[in-house]
Amino acid sequence: MSKRCEFASLHPVSAPDFLPGDQLHKLQLQRLKVMVQRAYDHVPLFRQRMQDRDLTPPDVRTLEDVTRLPFTVKTDLRDTYPFGLFASPMKDIVRLHASTGTTGKPIVVAYTQEDIQVWSNVMMRSFAACGLHAGDVIQNAYGYGLFTGGLGAHYGGEALGATVIPISGGNTQRQLMVMKDFGATAICCTPSYFLHIIEQAPELGVNLKDLPLRAGIFGAEPWTESMRRRIEADSGIKAYDIYGLSEIIGPGVAMECLCQSGPHIFEDWFYPEIIDPKTGKLLADGEEGELVLTTLGKLAMPMIRYRTRDITALDAGRCDCGRTLRRIKRISRRSDDMFIIRGVNVYPSQIETALLKVEGTMPHYQIILTREKGLDEIEVQVEVTREVFGDTVGALELVQQKLTRSIDTMIGLRAAVRLVQPQSLQRSEGKAKRVIDQRKM
Amino acid sequence: MKLKQLSLFLENKPGALSRPMRLLAGAGFNILTLSIADTDQFGILRLIVRDWEKARQLLEQEGFVVKVTDMVAVEVADRPGGLVEILDVLEKAGTNVAFMYAFTEKRKGRAVLMFRFDNPDAAIRVLQKKGINVVDSGELLKQLEG
Repeated sequence: MSKRCEFASLHPVSAPDFLPGDQLHKLQLQRLKVMVQRAYDHVPLFRQRMQDRDLTPPDVRTLEDVTRLPFTVKTDLRDTYPFGLFASPMKDIVRLHASTGTTGKPIVVAYTQEDIQVWSNVMMRSFAACGLHAGDVIQNAYGYGLFTGGLGAHYGGEALGATVIPISGGNTQRQLMVMKDFGATAICCTPSYFLHIIEQAPELGVNLKDLPLRAGIFGAEPWTESMRRRIEADSGIKAYDIYGLSEIIGPGVAMECLCQSGPHIFEDWFYPEIIDPKTGKLLADGEEGELVLTTLGKLAMPMIRYRTRDITALDAGRCDCGRTLRRIKRISRRSDDMFIIRGVNVYPSQIETALLKVEGTMPHYQIILTREKGLDEIEVQVEVTREVFGDTVGALELVQQKLTRSIDTMIGLRAAVRLVQPQSLQRSEGKAKRVIDQRKM
Repeated sequence: MKLKQLSLFLENKPGALSRPMRLLAGAGFNILTLSIADTDQFGILRLIVRDWEKARQLLEQEGFVVKVTDMVAVEVADRPGGLVEILDVLEKAGTNVAFMYAFTEKRKGRAVLMFRFDNPDAAIRVLQKKGINVVDSGELLKQLEG
């Protein structure tokens, strides 16, 4: 393991990643105090909640005091739509982003000039962590627009001094042409979109393994270790997991280093906790629970103890790269992604892992839950790929059977597997929509 | 001797067949023969077109999954028992027929059947040894297109 992580590749911008623990904690406390005071002074909802608990900003004396502070949840952003949680006047805000909002109102997030600098800094350190530097050509296939992915990666890439190709998402043919002709050495996109690029490459006469492309920075949707292995084997690049969410800043909250052993949280700007999602109680390092994040440098919209709904664990073990930043275990599920069918708790990532166990399949899938005569049914729609398509009915039925069996082994339930046309499953912003629950509860 | 057949994956739902057909028609491909194998969930559309490489490219660009297979065209006497004679030969040689379908057009009172074998070359040898006419693909395509 340690052989793979070469210190020679360390970039000067990564210096804060190596702060000794006591220095880091001092910095965190100093920044936390500023954040709490700022939110108290400018965000009525936060002030009200503090007052309900008989708390004032000076009550935060140590980092441990953070657990006394109230949580912030996603509905708070909806309830105060559009600008209710802003702590800066509009004249200081230089950027707004928003979620695409599949249900109801979107959530809106804001940045001051300083916030943009913090964001660029963590994205720059993210790229540096996976060995990129000036001279690298980053094909940024995250969507540009209200979605934070595109511009977040863009600013970080430029800050690093790399060459950024702002191609945005979609148009796979053009992506491949640009990748080849411009000599891209890294790509940013969702892992499911990169799988699509892998599939299309041979048809467009491109052999990814012949290209200078060497790193993929994949995020914005949960993915699994099996998907990483598939991507790396089929494309010859290294696939890195990046983590972030708009409510906190966008991409760049945490990023994997060359060791690929889980994203390091940029703790100097984001204070992480793991809690029991049911009781809200703080859990120890290594215990699995919901990730809660507090921004330590966001002026326009400070987030205090934001519940991400992502299930993970904090790893305080020393990474071979030498970073002192704690790592999060790969986030392959969100607390609200889980669905219960016939009394069994199922996460989409389990279905994904099961599908990938069958040779030749690509995890383009969707889970449809229905209820007929009081009985829950689960259908898994899987897009057919050239690898699994045979020209006899028997060959296809065999694929169906293998997939059904693999899912059964994984979750102990018989799902109806339905093979569907390639590219027929709904995707938004390049993000795959995994579960459609049509049950009327 | 062998003919290239294109197989397409289709979902079994309204409009699934018309999309590839419209695509091919729009690009001027004449479909020499076709057959559909289906279950209640999906179907496989099998096609013979002259310029199969271009047709495959077009279909794949439009997102279809296409597979190319070698088919064997066999001439059969158009009378009761015509097919049985051929099947007898294949059965005795232990050659398995994966699937088959017919060309709509007849050829001088003889029908032309398309066979898909696991091992087409071995099947061709078996048939020819018994004097059964395995149709030359170039000649057949020329005739069918007039």
